[in-house]
Amino acid sequence: MIKALFSILVFPGLIFVGVLSFFAEFADRKLHARLQNRIGPPWFQPFADFIKLVAKEEIIPKEANSTIFQIAPVFALASVITAFLYIPLWDTRALFSFDGDVIVVLYLLTLPTMAIFIGGWYSTSLFARIGSVRAITQLFAYEIPLFMGILSAALLADTWSLYGITVFYNNHPLFWLSNIIGFFVSLIALMGKLEKVPFDAPEAETEIVAGSFTEYSGRFLALFRLTLDIEMVAGASLLAAVFLPVGLNLPLFARFTIYLAEVLFIVGLIALLRTIFARLRIDQMIRFCWKYMVPLGFIQLLINLVLKGILSR
Amino acid sequence: MHDSHKFKIPMGPQHPALKEPESFSIALKGEKILGVEIRLGYNHRGIEKACEERSYIQDIYLIERVCGICSHSHSTCFIQAVEEIACLQIPERAKYIRTLIGELERIHSHLLWLGVAGHEIGFDTLLMYTWRDREVVMDLLAELTGNRVNYAINTIGGVRRDVSEQQALDVLKAVDILEERTKYYIGIATTETSIIKRLLGVGVLSHEDALRLDAVGPTARASGVTRDVRRDDPYAAYGSLSFDVITDNHNDVYGRTLVRVKELLESFKIIRQVIKDMPAGPLSVKAPRKIPAGEALSRYEAPRGEDMHYIKSNGTEKPERVKVRAPTLANVQAVKHMLKDRYLADMPIVIAAIDPCFSCTDRLISVDYLDTNRKQIIKWQDLHAYSIAWHRRHGIDFTKLNKETRGAGF
Repeated sequence: MIKALFSILVFPGLIFVGVLSFFAEFADRKLHARLQNRIGPPWFQPFADFIKLVAKEEIIPKEANSTIFQIAPVFALASVITAFLYIPLWDTRALFSFDGDVIVVLYLLTLPTMAIFIGGWYSTSLFARIGSVRAITQLFAYEIPLFMGILSAALLADTWSLYGITVFYNNHPLFWLSNIIGFFVSLIALMGKLEKVPFDAPEAETEIVAGSFTEYSGRFLALFRLTLDIEMVAGASLLAAVFLPVGLNLPLFARFTIYLAEVLFIVGLIALLRTIFARLRIDQMIRFCWKYMVPLGFIQLLINLVLKGILSR
Repeated sequence: MHDSHKFKIPMGPQHPALKEPESFSIALKGEKILGVEIRLGYNHRGIEKACEERSYIQDIYLIERVCGICSHSHSTCFIQAVEEIACLQIPERAKYIRTLIGELERIHSHLLWLGVAGHEIGFDTLLMYTWRDREVVMDLLAELTGNRVNYAINTIGGVRRDVSEQQALDVLKAVDILEERTKYYIGIATTETSIIKRLLGVGVLSHEDALRLDAVGPTARASGVTRDVRRDDPYAAYGSLSFDVITDNHNDVYGRTLVRVKELLESFKIIRQVIKDMPAGPLSVKAPRKIPAGEALSRYEAPRGEDMHYIKSNGTEKPERVKVRAPTLANVQAVKHMLKDRYLADMPIVIAAIDPCFSCTDRLISVDYLDTNRKQIIKWQDLHAYSIAWHRRHGIDFTKLNKETRGAGF
């Protein structure tokens, strides 16, 4: 009981993932800044931002639905942390796992977007409403390619559990090469999920101020920002577990280092991609996802189906 | 709001997309813009009136502060009118120095615009890069004039500072760096897909509309209107320099971007000629303190378009009337037209594409009473009376104070 609580709350649960996500945010911001020819923040900036926000007064708009406005960030944070507990990190087995957990993880990673939508909608600000509608519109565009990318990897491994997927790819390391399209499709879909440039229309500063977060302040905003950070780490860990399972037979320390390197690699890719593009309009974003990402997902699915047919012969 | 899916969102007076307070009230249907209402007047400073209360020399200082970006444009435009009334022939060297500073100002303004445009479409990397390169020209201006923005190089009858040999070499060196960077940006603007996607076909202003709405500057030139005061009505040293007027037929924000980056190359060309041909000689001629009675209209091609100053003098050391028409006032009506049937996401870049400077544009304040549909303009006397009444309500009575001071012999 105490051990389980420790795992959930401290390691590798809430506290660990919180700290890790702050470092991931730092890495993202620093790389982004260096690529933009800026100096960038010091390593403790995400911590400082979080503490500052928590200490600040929170203002709930008079018009807003106060309960939903306050619950939405907590709901979002709880769902990403739960998702994180089901993702295998530096081991083949996650803290908790069961057959079909890959679906549950993908579902749990969808919830923050829903929470952002609900929180934004019920804060009744016009900017927040436009932002939340954009967030939910975008959800339908990137979620399908993300599912296709990750599930086609699961298809090849012939299992619906993340445990099975990591074991399969660890035993057949060369097969990750066949999933390379799926990896990039999932990575780009993940950027949509995290609302990073070029898919940051839901919080486009120059159009709708801060989108869904316009009315949020203090603790609630801090929780939302922490949610997005943890979502980034959880998403990176998921991609690492599914697409880059290397060296899971090594000693613990080496495995841990490899895990961190993989997360950093994916965060670095996100930082690079968000540096080199302009923000797409929401209609362009939807068109891009359905025109290019979904067909690419289909190609990945076909490749894996054919491979599976050859293998089972 | 729910039933009709139509709603109005306020962009400004305070909004992250706008760098100055101005109100754009947008009627939206989903993401589509149905109509835009533009309201000026949040930043009116009464500079024209203030100029009429001050001497010409003081006015140069004031006029230079009409705009933070094209300060040299306004002061040159003002001074040209004054010199015309006073029939002053300014020395050739002064003309060349004015041209030099004017072109450097254009470079800094266009680079600034490019960065702002990048920011408006969510491409902050472009903002960081262009503003870094803009530092080169800002440092150069500081070296030449002592200031980064309000150069204070103009005076009635000439200029106040000379350009030394060493400074001329520095200018050429900086221009080489800037030219290389500008070519890089032209490369980006013409090849980077996400930029083209966001700019092409956005904010269309057809050739006819540009003429009908009297657009000026790069906004008009991107719609194929070959209009440039530097060529049409040469002032300073432009008459003896060779350069092209850049036009474009895209008619949209993309065209305006291309016009601006290509104009940078023209500016480099002009600066090289200016440095090469700059004649030796005095910097200024003596100007009378009292300008004879008369009137003059002066035009100047500011980075944002044609700037116009009208001055009427009455033989004293203060002007009778000063009228400033900044380029944004000519372009702002076109914005309404450009935004028709576009998406909300295009709004920031379409507004930014005319390179608006609202503090130059702002006119007097008019108050709309929404309930009775009545309009009111607050006059100076009304404002004075309102101020006295407000203070009286808060327990401060100036009437008594006025009497006391008068009694004491002030």
